[in-house]
Amino acid sequence: MTTEGGVQDQSGVRPGQGSRATERRIGDVLLRVDRISLSFGGVRALADVAFDVREGEIRAVIGPNGAGKSSILNVINGVYVPQQGRINYRGVDFDRMNPHRAAQMGIARTFQNLALFKGMSVLDNLMAGRNLRMHAGILAQALRIGPAEREELKNRAVVEQIIDFLEIQPWRRHPVGRLAYGLQKRVDLGRALALEPTLLLLDEPMAGMNHEEKQDMSRFILDVNDEFGTTIVLIEHDMGVVMDICDRVVVLDYGKKIGDGTPDEVRDNPEVIDAYLGTCH
Amino acid sequence: MGFLLETLIGGLMTGLLYSLVALGFVLIFKASGVFNFAQGAMVLFAALAMARFAEWIPRIAHIHSKAASNLLAFAAALTVMVVLAWLIEKLVLRKLVNQEGVTLLMATLGIAYFLEGFGQMLFGSDIYKIDVGLPKDPIFLLERVFPRGVLVNKEDLYAAAIAAALVIALSLFFQKTATGRALRAVADDHQAAQSIGIPLNRIWVIVWSVAGFVALVTGIIWGSKLGVQFSLSVVALKALPVVLLGGLTSVPGAIVGGMIIGVGEKVSEVYLGSQIGGGIEYWFGYVLVLFVLLFRPQGLFGEKVIDRI
Repeated sequence: MTTEGGVQDQSGVRPGQGSRATERRIGDVLLRVDRISLSFGGVRALADVAFDVREGEIRAVIGPNGAGKSSILNVINGVYVPQQGRINYRGVDFDRMNPHRAAQMGIARTFQNLALFKGMSVLDNLMAGRNLRMHAGILAQALRIGPAEREELKNRAVVEQIIDFLEIQPWRRHPVGRLAYGLQKRVDLGRALALEPTLLLLDEPMAGMNHEEKQDMSRFILDVNDEFGTTIVLIEHDMGVVMDICDRVVVLDYGKKIGDGTPDEVRDNPEVIDAYLGTCH
Repeated sequence: MGFLLETLIGGLMTGLLYSLVALGFVLIFKASGVFNFAQGAMVLFAALAMARFAEWIPRIAHIHSKAASNLLAFAAALTVMVVLAWLIEKLVLRKLVNQEGVTLLMATLGIAYFLEGFGQMLFGSDIYKIDVGLPKDPIFLLERVFPRGVLVNKEDLYAAAIAAALVIALSLFFQKTATGRALRAVADDHQAAQSIGIPLNRIWVIVWSVAGFVALVTGIIWGSKLGVQFSLSVVALKALPVVLLGGLTSVPGAIVGGMIIGVGEKVSEVYLGSQIGGGIEYWFGYVLVLFVLLFRPQGLFGEKVIDRI
């Protein structure tokens, strides 16, 4: 169980990218952001941005620095309230989200600059992610009375599975502040997974990683998508990674959408080449 | 020898009283990362409420039993503290989510001034007494070992027992419950806590209510010892070195810190005071803490702050 044979096997016999796309089923539209505009004072962060995310797909948001990538993620999970536009999630329209409601509806996220609970152990960080599924009263929790104890154990089992899945067993009891950067990124992902999300928002999951760490992280993201059918929206700078693991790509520049399509389509889009690939690489 | 023991015990007891105030600081810091300058004002506010309710309730409701009216007054004062927590969240903290720690610190300074004024406006500014039946008589221990025994204040013993019970309860709460975990999570990172569905607003009301409860207990014990008056809000200054010594994030640290400073200042006052002119009690804690911070910036029991660069 703890060696997680399943994960090992699958990564061993992972089929090529082409066949992966055909075997996986992409469903209906899960999330649609519609003509979102957001500004801070006089600074326009997003202007009329619209795109959709289909169930089960891995959707990338790319663009040069300051293009509004993180902003759109923050709008989706309700940290920012856009001045205009709406979000449609699972067929329901929202003028504004808030982070608590987003979490309740199965939207989880990770952060660009690690926002872990540094003083707490890996285990506690992930258990905190199970917060929404803990219903026992405070007193019952403190005294470990029947239902509270069962609840804790049940959630603990889920968390242990995630720990195995992300291969961070040896650091279970370590305070996350002391872990290496790449591991902290994994814990961040683990905490989001602890919500058992429908939609997972990843803000630069591979920023600052070396090649090997990037490969590991790519594998985890693909496995999450494959095994749990989780829909993923990710912001990434590494074009190689984007081209490899994403189904469709949105390109932002100065808060506007300038491209949208499969990696190949986006790569051939002259506007994108101008704004992004041309200047960056 | 008997005298030394007496001084030690006296110091320990005073220290535990400091710890009670320190506990309030630690609670709020642990759960929101805010250094709450209003803790002293909350102690005063809670004590005023308790003293006055204990006076008013028997008069209005015609209750003659002292225990019953004290109990009612306690419940009423606790309600006031919970409402206060709710108001603080709604009017102050909610507007300051995701702001810098120093912004929140300034806000608590404002709350402190407001509470000092408002409390005295509401409940009056005279000296009031709280009488919850804590025994005042001293007792003598170990009379067989030492010639005149060791004098211990019974009131202090009760206070110590209450402090110990509070610490155990709060430690369990923080370390063993899912709610405690959520509180610690909020302290570490507001935004991340929100993103996993921890309701920041409710958490803040809970933690300020618990701090209000601790302030009330502290206010009652200090108030029945010294009387309820404005100077009660200054006991917070005594607790400042205690929290820094124990570590801002450690509940047991607040207790141990309190005891070290309590004993230290009594012993140094008694044995050194005559040689260097007295008044050591007033600065002992601060100097000790200055010294400790040179070697352990996180305090004796605090969580080490680790930053990767």
